[in-house]
Amino acid sequence: MKKYSNTRATLAIAKASFRSILRSPSAVVFSLAFPLIFIVVFANIGGSGVKVDVGVAKGTDTLSPIYQALKRSSVINLETNVSSDDMKKDLSKGSLDAIIEIKKNASSSQGTTSPSEGITIYPPLSAQGNTKWPEKFVSPYTVTVQYTSSSQKGGILKSVLSSSLMQINAEFAKKIGLLTLPQVAELNETTVTGREYKYIDFILPGQLGFSLLSSGVFGTAFVFLSLRLTLVIKRFFATPVKRYSIVLGEALARLTFSLLGALFILMVGHFAFGFTLIHGVVTVLNMLVLSAIGLIIFMGFGFTISGIAKNESTVPPLSNIITLPQFLLSGTFFSVTAFPKWLQYVSNALPLTHLNNAMRKVAFEGAGLGDVSHQLFILLLWGIGVYAVAVKTFKWE
Amino acid sequence: MEKQPIITVNNLTKNYGDFAAVKGISFEVYEGEIFGLLGPNGAGKTTTLEIIETLRDKTSGEVTVAGFDISKDADSIKKIIGVQLQAAGYYPNLNLSELIVLFSGLYGIDKTPTEMLEKVALTDKAKARYKDLSGGQKQRFSIATTLINDPKIIFLDEPTTGLDPQARRNLWDLIREIRDNGTTVVITTHYMDEAEVLCDRVAFVDGGHIVGIDTPDHFIDQLVATGFERKKQVKEANLEDVFINLTGKEWREG
Repeated sequence: MKKYSNTRATLAIAKASFRSILRSPSAVVFSLAFPLIFIVVFANIGGSGVKVDVGVAKGTDTLSPIYQALKRSSVINLETNVSSDDMKKDLSKGSLDAIIEIKKNASSSQGTTSPSEGITIYPPLSAQGNTKWPEKFVSPYTVTVQYTSSSQKGGILKSVLSSSLMQINAEFAKKIGLLTLPQVAELNETTVTGREYKYIDFILPGQLGFSLLSSGVFGTAFVFLSLRLTLVIKRFFATPVKRYSIVLGEALARLTFSLLGALFILMVGHFAFGFTLIHGVVTVLNMLVLSAIGLIIFMGFGFTISGIAKNESTVPPLSNIITLPQFLLSGTFFSVTAFPKWLQYVSNALPLTHLNNAMRKVAFEGAGLGDVSHQLFILLLWGIGVYAVAVKTFKWE
Repeated sequence: MEKQPIITVNNLTKNYGDFAAVKGISFEVYEGEIFGLLGPNGAGKTTTLEIIETLRDKTSGEVTVAGFDISKDADSIKKIIGVQLQAAGYYPNLNLSELIVLFSGLYGIDKTPTEMLEKVALTDKAKARYKDLSGGQKQRFSIATTLINDPKIIFLDEPTTGLDPQARRNLWDLIREIRDNGTTVVITTHYMDEAEVLCDRVAFVDGGHIVGIDTPDHFIDQLVATGFERKKQVKEANLEDVFINLTGKEWREG
């Protein structure tokens, strides 16, 4: 008689399980559709996060350098097609953050500071004549800004405006040979030319982590509970198959499915939304290794739940107890640092937080697996703890 | 022909905590026969069966299956038996062919789905899901999965429960065919007419004990010899004969 092969039996279960997962709508929805929907939504509303809506008053000189500077700014959104009445209403409601008016002054007019929020611009060279600072200057432009108490974002416009004005003024002063622009303090601004950290770089690893969490917890719990309740496992036991083959086969199938899903999410993220993969293929492989580690730990929760749950209707609430807090607190949508200190302690205790952090380091900072050993160590502790509980609670029959 | 015992159960007991489900059962099953385990619910039939099938541990006693001791050689026994469980389901989302492939892998045996489905006349359902089969088809498919490893013995736990008379008779034919091919069949049932026509020998189990073991003919003759008489005059046919006569013999799908 041919020798019995445990490997063959394990692979037979893995193949059957993989087919079954692919045909189960919930697995596909949770692992692929949900993360992708979140990624699409957040990648599109994301951007830099804050936008200041500024109404542009009729008659504004859109060719002026000030207007052009505002137009270039990524945080300012200029609304040009609103009537002045509507603009006033929007401003008092707070749906507009400010109204701006930029007027070219007649060459004769004096460069004076407007009474309220107006800011004065020095005149161009042609209008300058030979006069010297600070007498007899004529400002070519008057900028009038109206803020509203309904919105806090006016301050952003104020600083964008004053910094661009300062720059324009300084350039202008240089042009007319006026080197003695009075300076109280010198501002040295340097921008480090680094990689742009896009919101997709934050949101995608979080979604990937969450996809692994739900697949590991919900998927594993449902499959093992239903196999137990429908006596499929008992029927397996009447064949020469070993117990570990059943667990291993199932795990193998889920791992394959989830890693293919992770790869798919990474590819969509990279090619459609510009998700940063610093070292290309190496980064992808590192992320897949992290995904596998994460999934194995999360499956431990699934095994535990399948043992505790009495029937299929108790699986979702039990699974949600595991997944929901991590969904909210593990930096899936917003950085853990945004939470108050006491909540950060909770966040930093959760395994998904560390998986997400490790993923982000690998993807964006180009860290290797050795560089995230702190995160891996905490995940290892979770793995030991979870499987210690799972072994105690898991039921075969 | 000398009858060779293929299963020997000697003084088997099984306790669930304080409750004794099986209290010292002994019997033999001969090679090549259809052996019926009969008795009311809770008599210990399924427990006895599952101990022989190596699915449950015994409390005490000896059981040998084809020469293998169940407590020492469970793996060898699993390879030569086929088991159909009462109310067992199959792996979700797979069709019959894929299930046969799965079981071939579990047994480590090369069998094509067509080959197995042919034996139970289900080749046209190869792409169907188990849950979409009729009651009779489900039982026939279950029997197909028990035959994958060319077992010496198959165990069928109430295979005809819930089937209509046509499907039931169709299944009897299948079981006889399996026996005629040399496989020993151990079956439990609540239908005495079924045991009477199908089983070569039957054992009655009640309260964890065997209360009688013999051929159905002998049992009936013995009872009649004691002067037992049915209250109602036995007619040449019964209502099931009428049912089959009126609705035809051929088996209905669905």
